[in-house]
This record gives sequence, structure tokens and C-alpha cells, in this order.
Amino acid sequence: MYQLLKQIVRTGIRTEAAPAADETLRVTAQRLQQAVLARLGRALVIRQVDAGSCNGCELEIHALNNPYYNLEALGIKFAASPRHADLLLVTGPVAKNMEIAVKRAYDATPAPKLVLATGDCACTGGIFGESYASHGRVSSVIPVDVAVPGCPPTPLAIMQGILTAITGARKED
Amino acid sequence: MRLADQAIEFSPLPGAIPVWRAAVDAADLPAFCRAAAEGGGRLVALWGADERDRGQGFRLHVALALREGLAWLDLALPAREPQFPDLSPVFPAAARMQRAVCDLLGLRAAGGDARPWLRHNGWPADHFPLRRDIPAHTAYPPQPEDYAFVRVEGDGVHEIPVGPIHAGIIEPGHFRFSVVGEKVLRLEERLGFVHKGIEKRFESLPLHEGHRLAGRVSGDSTVAYAWAYCMAAESACGCAVPERALWLRALWLERERIANHLGDLGALGNDAGLAFGLAQFSRLREDWLRTNGALFGHRLLMDRIVPGGAAVDLSAQAIDVLAAQCDTIEREAHVLKAIYDDHAGLQDRFLTTGRVTPQLAARLGVIGLAGRASGQAWDLRVDAPCAPYDRLDVNMASHRNGDVAARVIVRFEEIFESLRLIRRILADLPAGEIRTPLPPAAEGAAGAGWIEGWRGEVLVALEAGAPGAHGATLRRCHCHDPSWHNWPALEHAIMGNIVPDFPLINKSFNLSYSGHDL
Repeated sequence: MYQLLKQIVRTGIRTEAAPAADETLRVTAQRLQQAVLARLGRALVIRQVDAGSCNGCELEIHALNNPYYNLEALGIKFAASPRHADLLLVTGPVAKNMEIAVKRAYDATPAPKLVLATGDCACTGGIFGESYASHGRVSSVIPVDVAVPGCPPTPLAIMQGILTAITGARKED
Repeated sequence: MRLADQAIEFSPLPGAIPVWRAAVDAADLPAFCRAAAEGGGRLVALWGADERDRGQGFRLHVALALREGLAWLDLALPAREPQFPDLSPVFPAAARMQRAVCDLLGLRAAGGDARPWLRHNGWPADHFPLRRDIPAHTAYPPQPEDYAFVRVEGDGVHEIPVGPIHAGIIEPGHFRFSVVGEKVLRLEERLGFVHKGIEKRFESLPLHEGHRLAGRVSGDSTVAYAWAYCMAAESACGCAVPERALWLRALWLERERIANHLGDLGALGNDAGLAFGLAQFSRLREDWLRTNGALFGHRLLMDRIVPGGAAVDLSAQAIDVLAAQCDTIEREAHVLKAIYDDHAGLQDRFLTTGRVTPQLAARLGVIGLAGRASGQAWDLRVDAPCAPYDRLDVNMASHRNGDVAARVIVRFEEIFESLRLIRRILADLPAGEIRTPLPPAAEGAAGAGWIEGWRGEVLVALEAGAPGAHGATLRRCHCHDPSWHNWPALEHAIMGNIVPDFPLINKSFNLSYSGHDL
């Protein structure tokens, strides 16, 4: 236990707040929190849905929870069920074998709901395109509010996409 | 050249690794497989091809790993009712590959499990989308689907269906648990949900562009796939890659291995209730990926390996940065390993959980990291090393307990070994060009690429097509993920364990859905 505590103390707080190199992240994080509070007055809950991705996007979505981006500290967390979610974060082209599951996840998410298409495949179908096995872009299966390009998008780009989805939804109020 | 003491004449395929190819008949194939298995050989992959436009029928391809290298067998099948010998009694791992070949091309194994595998409700049972006369964009209405899961009967037995969408940030697949109380009696996997027609997509690409698609078969193994694809393409074209590019490829492959192991070790700590582990290892992984982004232009190293060489070079200053980072990560990983080793609660969850004994692993043909944790001491970097691994003297990590703890230890040991390899690569990196133009490929030229990715061995086998507007086309390209071999082992590993340990056991294998579903 001593070694564990020592490592925690030695590591310190790595969440990026001030360093100049990551200034954009710090600003994004603050704006993001304000938008969440203004829109919801509580935590934003995300349900991630892989509709057919290569798993590259999932790796970068995982990174959102590492100490540098520390998304959860902003009150944004990932839920296990779409029934607990405000926003669906969808990756991949929509594989035809996933079509029913994606539609059910969308229907199970309570309104008002947001959909963030994450990554080139979710935005356009990407390199896999449309075929006998793929519907291509997510918007061909469920409505999409914001699309974040990138193969895969960086964690920072995904954070910005979440911000865009929330502020965009505010304007419609 | 004869292999496995069988009267079949193999001819070598030019390229970076020893590949032997031969045509066999329906009687020779199972006999050769049995002889190979008795001599310690393993099944690597099984796939098919449509040759009817050439006035032939279909073709079944089987790749085996032998001491001498990769044996690539071709079995010609008739155009009408193509059927081939069931290889699953010799190699259990063949079963799902045979079902996939049947779904995509209509080549049926004579016996064994006849249920569909990659086909869910996307196309009718009598249509085979990988046949060359079926256009890639054929749109089928959703088909009725009734998949026959194996039912476990008995007092108090109930089923827990999980997925395709899982509770975390994970790829989709379906798991059907049959349990009594908390204890799992049986797990049946149903995969194929992220089948997106990758093999069909390859056939619309020029040969020199396929590496981008190969690099997205399984995003966490993009370096391994891109290298395997390029090795296959370079073999088909007779391309000699500059030495510096090969060393850069090895640098990236080892960096990919470390990035994934760091991520997994954190997630394994978290799944056993130690959030500290996730915070620490995900911090190290982020440092590692940021260096990739800064020095090579992509955090996951996608598209850095290209046919004929490498897309980006390494400066002298960058070598210092990379070497210094090796020291930092090594120091930190040693501290974290000591904490993991001493943490009684963590070890209680890891030890004896999700065991695959060496005997079972050998029977199932478990490979890669999970295989090495169950006594299957096989690593391409050691057993069939391509350049520059033939100069690096890789030390293989190998354990026999086959539990979650063993898969954790193998990951730690492979991190330290890969750090050593990276230092060697940085010190001995040859000077010179990093890319050479790909010579034109002759129509019908074939090539194979075989790379030990972080999860296990990745195989890419391809054949060049007719010349097109942008150079040679791809007639056929098959990508094979090590997950094919290890998913069945997960079904065994969970037996007798409790349901709450499944996420931990699953993570300890960390298999690819996308790489498997294609």
C-alpha cells in the first residue's frame, strides 16, 4: 500500500489545466463544462455505440477518460445503458448486421437526445463505404446532430464534437 | 521441396518470409493437415476464392505454420456444389473459418457445424456476396434470422444473453451464458456483427492502395496489418524494400505492442477493482501516443507503412526523444509491476481465473499472447523472423499457468522486451532511403505477409489482378486475425468461473471483433 500511495503522490495531478502546449484543451474543457451546465444543469451521460468500427475510434474514446483529458471530472460520463444516456456517441460505418441494434439503442435513449457521429466512417462511410454488408454513414440509419471527422479523431477533437453537439442543441431551445 | 514427410511438391514464394505453396487434391489435404498437426504444425488461416471467371471452379486456400515456414495449400473445387473435406477434427479452429467460407462463397465443408457465422440477416442463405458475379453494392432486404444456440438443460440452469451492444466502450458481439447461480456452465459466442464486407472492398482497390484498408481491419493492430499487407504486396511485385524502412517498421510494430499492452494492463487493473492501475497506465499510454503523433504524424501509426517502404523518416533528435521515453516508461512500468505483484486483492482476482491449460491451448490452437500465457511458445519474431528481427534476437515471453495472471505477466514481460528491442533498433538503424517504387505486379502474382502483432500473428494473402488505370488491381485479398483462433478459447476459459469475472477474463484476452468479422 505504501508503494501505491507513493506512486500516486509522485505522479501528482496530471489533468491538464495550465500548460501552454495544451491551452486549447483547457479552454475546450471549460467551455464544455459551461455548456453542459447551461443545457442540462447536471451531468451529461454518453452511451457509446460501435456500429461497425475498426476499433480505432474506441481507443481514442477510451483516452477521454485518461488523466490528461479527464472527461469525467467535467461531469461527463459513459453509461452502460442507452436508457441512461443523453447522447449517443456512434462510431463506424453501420454494418448491416448492426442496423437493428443501433436503431434499438436510439429508440431506447430518452428524448431529448443527441447523436454524435464519430470518425470518418460514421461521417461518410469512410474507407469501407456502402456495400452489401454496410449502410455507410450513421445518418443513413438514425438522425445525427454532429459529425466529427478523423481517422480516428483525436481525443481533443471528440471533446470538441461533444461541445458542438451541446451548444447546437441549445440554439434550438 | 517436401514438407511434413508428405509426397507433395511445394515451391517457394519469393519474399521476406519462407512461404511454400502447392496445389493439393481433396484426399491429400486432410492427410497433409494430419501429418502437419502430428509434427507440431498449426492451422493459420482458411479462406476461399471464386475462379469461375477463369473457366475454373472455386478454390480453397489453407495456410499452415510449419517449422520450415508457412505452407500455403490450394484445393481446386468444382463450380457446381463445391465441397471440401472438414478440417475441424484435425484443427478445431477451422470450424468457424469453414462456416465463414460457406457464408461468403458457398464452399461447404463435408461435415461439422453447418450454422451460418458471418451471415446474420444481411443476405439470403443462397446468395454468396464474395462471388465475383455478385456486385459489391447488392442491397438485400433484411432476412429472417433464427440462430440455433446450443441450449443447456438442467435444474436451475438459466441463460444470460449479452450484446451485441456491450456495457462498456467495446466492440459489438453477442455472448450467451448458461449459468447456475453465479457459475458459468457454458458460453456460446455469436460474432459477425461488424462484418462490413472488407474482403469484397479490397477487390475494388488498386494493389498499391490496399495497405490503408488493411490498416483498418483492426485499428489496434494497424501497424501489424499494414506491414503484413505490404509484405504480401512486395512479395507479389518482387520489390526489395530499403533496409532502413524495415527497421522503421519494426520500431512501429514494437511501439504498437507497448501501446496496447499499457492500455490492457490499466484496464485489467480496473476490471479487478483497482482504478489506480487504469489511471496510471492510461497516463503512460497517452504519453506514448502523443510521441507517436508528434514524431510520426499519427497517434496510432496508421498509414505510416506503405508498399515499398515507410511514409515518414526519423531524425537524429527524434531518436534521442524515443530513447529517453523508453527509459521513462521502463522505470514507471517497473514501479507499477511491483505494485500489481504485491497487491493481494488484485492477485486474488487474477490468479487461477479464466484458465486455459497448455493441453487445451495446444488442442484448440491458441496463438499469440494468449497462447504464450498457456505454454504455446510460438512467436513469429523468434520462429520465422523477417528482417530486421533476424538480427534482433527476440526473447519470447512464455508461461504455463494460462490464467489471467499469466496473461498479465506476459504483457509486462513483452513491454520490457519491446523496450529493449526499440533501443536496439534506434542504436543500429541503418542509413539510406525509406521508400522505393513498387514494381508492376504480373497478373495472378501471389504474395503472403505474416507478422507477429501485439495480439498474435496476422496473415495477409493476396493475388494481383489485371492491370487497371492505377497499376495492378487486387483480385483477392484475405486478412486473417489471430482472434479467429482465440475466441473459441475464451468460451473454455470462462467455464466454471463466475459471471462477474467474465469482463476480466475477456479483457485478459482482448480479442478483436472487427479483425474477425471483416
